[in-house]
Amino acid sequence: MMMKKLLSLASAGLLAAAMPALAQDAALVPYAYEKAVHGGDIAWMSISTVLVLLMTVPGLALFYGGLVRTKNMLSMLTQVFAISAVVCIIWVVYGYSMAFSYGGSMDTYVGGFSKMFLSGVDATTLVPTFTNGVWLPEYTFIAFQMTFAMITPALIVGAFAERMKFSSLLVFSILWVTFIYFPMAHMVWWWGGPDFLAEQQTLKLIAEAAGDTAGAEAAAANLAANGLLWNWGALDFAGGTVVHINAGVAGLVGCIMLGKRVGYGKDSMAPHSLTMTMIGGALLWVGWFGFNAGSNLESNAITSLAIVNTFVATAGGGVAWMFAEWLLKGKPSLLGLISGVVTGLVAVTPAAGFAGPMGALVLGLFAGVACFFFVAYVKNMFKLDDSLDVFGIHGLAGIIGSIATGILVSPALGGAGIPDYTSLPGTLQVGAYDMAFMLTAQTKAVLFTVAFSGIGSFILFKLVDMVMGLRVKEDIEREGLDLAEHGERAYNQ
Amino acid sequence: MIIAAIKPYKLDEVREALTAVGVRGMMVTEIKGFGTQSGHTEIYRGAEYAVNFVPKMRLELVVSDALADQVVDTITKTARTGKIGDGKIFVLDVASALRVRTGETGDEAL
Repeated sequence: MMMKKLLSLASAGLLAAAMPALAQDAALVPYAYEKAVHGGDIAWMSISTVLVLLMTVPGLALFYGGLVRTKNMLSMLTQVFAISAVVCIIWVVYGYSMAFSYGGSMDTYVGGFSKMFLSGVDATTLVPTFTNGVWLPEYTFIAFQMTFAMITPALIVGAFAERMKFSSLLVFSILWVTFIYFPMAHMVWWWGGPDFLAEQQTLKLIAEAAGDTAGAEAAAANLAANGLLWNWGALDFAGGTVVHINAGVAGLVGCIMLGKRVGYGKDSMAPHSLTMTMIGGALLWVGWFGFNAGSNLESNAITSLAIVNTFVATAGGGVAWMFAEWLLKGKPSLLGLISGVVTGLVAVTPAAGFAGPMGALVLGLFAGVACFFFVAYVKNMFKLDDSLDVFGIHGLAGIIGSIATGILVSPALGGAGIPDYTSLPGTLQVGAYDMAFMLTAQTKAVLFTVAFSGIGSFILFKLVDMVMGLRVKEDIEREGLDLAEHGERAYNQ
Repeated sequence: MIIAAIKPYKLDEVREALTAVGVRGMMVTEIKGFGTQSGHTEIYRGAEYAVNFVPKMRLELVVSDALADQVVDTITKTARTGKIGDGKIFVLDVASALRVRTGETGDEAL
């Protein structure tokens, strides 16, 4: 229909007169594209998917497990493992639909239920990547994003380790992904894709040229049919807001609402096996390449940029924490080094495909020192029993990384630049960089995530507390959750 | 009987030295305790824990009276580093001794 209008305009010889400013006749041909699917992309994304699982069930579980006391080791492992499995099921039942489908009148905030039970999805359906004309099988995308939904609620459990009832935790996790995670993922990552944007932008230009206001408005509405934070211009490459701030703030709320562990500040709560924590931390680093570089959805140069960044920011975080601790606490500890490594990983997550390697290095170094200060000094000042530092590491490094992404994306600082799909529809351009705009967008996104997760998690914790109670009885806590809640012991002689 | 608490890493050295002076058996237990050394501090991500009980090895040897002084002397020499935490030695009298396999008693049983 648009083409007809264009032709009639052109035949009337009005085109040039109507569009003096655009002067790009090529842009006025309706955007046509083919969907190419590359085996290399599928292979890389499949590996990335499994790498994120590697982060979760051996990685995160062992990282956390080593940090608790012997009597709670299995509770930690069970919690991470069970949450992963439960959310995996929820994802295919309704999670994917809530995060990545059109949400009707609520589309800015959350997806709908049209893809419940993955209806409409089959081996031929495709989803867009970040390159025009390059698409990915929907199953590949579903599996990859599933692992993100699985790990995020599992991250939270470290904040109230050694004291939460297992049954309440499962209920809370189900509610949390439903009301917090899926909407957040939708608000940050739901968009039409490069080809859809190019198509709608071209239609808009054509309609405007033809004086078709209704058509132009319809196209403009389609261009804006993205998640709330996406429309703000907020950048989040791999989940600084969706995963880390989201989980970190939920953890902070949780540790305050559950209260301190019995004997906190009096009894020794030293980690029972830093060897396990080291294995888990190392698996996190390895798996995080799937998380960060996989978020590129394609196997190309930006994938490699994300890999380089995920190396250097991480090394920077570890080294910074180690030296800060060495200087101020006297000894460079293994736990400090690993904590710094995780800090670097978190901080670079939103910036992975946007920052340049030198920017990522500075980011990692800064986040390492900042989180060390928080965890070693500020947390004790507030007497917070965020037992495994979910907020101090994931929340804080997520905030630092998300805001820094707005600066480090700048091409002047070696960053990859802001993606612009509409100036020259059909090609990905580096958009003009405006630091004030980017910092505003990133800060708004951070504040929104803190508020959304903070208030939402508070309500959910309160609800679960009223219905079934959050915390185990004191004697169970003293005995240890392994025996009392799971009926087994981690280490039998 | 000689009861000694020594630094764990000194165990093998002490055992060798004692075998050399003719000791033919001892009992060893991993223990925790405190004395003048009175523990140390461990720091985990800024959380400081005072460790009040220090790991030590407890040796129990029953030897003939003739050997007792030499055993005490040997342990003292071998386990000593000169720093706080080297341990303690106690000497007690034993009423009787019996070898289970043969029924031998007294010095024969040792």
